[in-house]
Amino acid sequence: MIKNPYRTQNIAFFFLFLATLLIVIPVGLIVVLIIQKGLPAINWQFLFSLPRQGMRAGGIFPAIIGTIYLVAGAIIFALPIGLLAAVYLSEYAKDNLLTRIIKLAIVNLSGVPSVVYGLFGLVLFVVFFKFGASIISGSLTLGIMILPVIITTSREALESVPYSFREVSLSLGASKWQTIRHIVLPNAIPGILTGTILGLGRVAGETAPILFTVAAFYLPQLPKSIFDQVMALPYHLYVISTQVPNVDEKMRYGTALVLLALVLFMNLVTVIIRYKFRKKKKW
Amino acid sequence: MTQIKFNIKGLNIWFGSIYALRQISMDILANEILSVIGPSNSGKTTFLRMLNRLNDLSQNFRMNGTVMLMGRDIRGIDAELLRKRVGMVFALPLVLPLSIFDNTAYGLRMHGIKNMKILKNKIEESLREAHLWEEVKDRLDEEAFKLSGGQQQRLCIARTLAVEPEVILFDEPCSGLDPISTAKVEDTMVKLKQKYTVVLVTNNVKQAARVGDRTAFFLNGELIELDTTDKIFTVPKDKRTDDYIRGKFG
Repeated sequence: MIKNPYRTQNIAFFFLFLATLLIVIPVGLIVVLIIQKGLPAINWQFLFSLPRQGMRAGGIFPAIIGTIYLVAGAIIFALPIGLLAAVYLSEYAKDNLLTRIIKLAIVNLSGVPSVVYGLFGLVLFVVFFKFGASIISGSLTLGIMILPVIITTSREALESVPYSFREVSLSLGASKWQTIRHIVLPNAIPGILTGTILGLGRVAGETAPILFTVAAFYLPQLPKSIFDQVMALPYHLYVISTQVPNVDEKMRYGTALVLLALVLFMNLVTVIIRYKFRKKKKW
Repeated sequence: MTQIKFNIKGLNIWFGSIYALRQISMDILANEILSVIGPSNSGKTTFLRMLNRLNDLSQNFRMNGTVMLMGRDIRGIDAELLRKRVGMVFALPLVLPLSIFDNTAYGLRMHGIKNMKILKNKIEESLREAHLWEEVKDRLDEEAFKLSGGQQQRLCIARTLAVEPEVILFDEPCSGLDPISTAKVEDTMVKLKQKYTVVLVTNNVKQAARVGDRTAFFLNGELIELDTTDKIFTVPKDKRTDDYIRGKFG
């Protein structure tokens, strides 16, 4: 049989297309299912009122607020520290064995199961620092959990800024810090924001790290300070799905939909910022 | 009497185990164009990057011997100050991802000049010196990437001139340019020597003959011969120089 290159190509295309389809279909189904089952639950009262009757009625406002607090707290903590660490690792640290071990360790830390971070947060923030189960304990725990992601993506973004730009800047008499501040960082922002997006999604969705450090089972009021406990969407979803009997199905899917929409919205904001910066990138 | 800008004595440079420059001793005179020629890997660029201490950025760089700028060892001068006095134009037109104005103003701003009036004057002056002003005066706020290759390289020259260096190092500045742009850049270099000292590393032997007052020939990290350009190209003392400029190798 004579090999027909066009047929081979068509067969390859078919399988590549099939693989793509296999990825797209489940994601699409999840979204469709959640919207279909959750949308009837969404109304003003569901979004902006406190839960009632043991979470079988009322709204999920405290959980929405709690998740927003936790995400904001984790990003405020993790982004500056992660960025500074990334700048140090990519710009200042000498390329020796120790640096390589540290880089490898950071990459591997992002693979540690989140429940381990939860236990760590319990020991360090809740017990040792005596913050108790509180927003600050939860935010710090989530922040530490996403640090490796932020450091690794930021470092890659910094390192992808062409070396020649640094040489030009230095050759004009700029100091190393000026070079980083005016040339390297502005051109690395899109990549750094990608890391932030990945971090945002994880922080908003994780249940295990907040289980021991912040999440309240049922707390029909808003937090007054960062040392208060809060409800959070992923944990609330777990609770009403498994712990409380006779919860209307549409409330569960409604909660999932709100969580999904919240993450999507935060990502959208970041993507828009990233797009603005990327337009400037020309090399 | 001509002033000596750089005095180099017994300079050896290594990168790890690679012996890049061997026992270089020479002077660079004020207001001359010194062409440095030689095949690739002969150490020309390493020599050039020594003069503004860009070699320091390489991790396993080692050197001995002395390089004096106006009688002072350059290792005793702050790297930032040295690089302000000894500017550099790179092989490819490396414009920064900024506007034409901001590119030219970059060095000045890094040295703390914020006054827009001073910046504007200085930028016009530098762009005129680099023979670019007429082509860009109405579009200073445009991205520098939109300029042609030759314009970009002249922008890089203007950017270097703006910080008012004493010496300008050119590292094969025309390697990516067409003949007309090359002629413009060469023209600029010749005019620059009235105010500045120019060191030009080039792979183009004819270019060295056209613009250089003196020419140095490097081979395998050694300085083979240094003389006036006329003598190098008519009566070279070393046979290897003769072979190289006739195009027998390299």
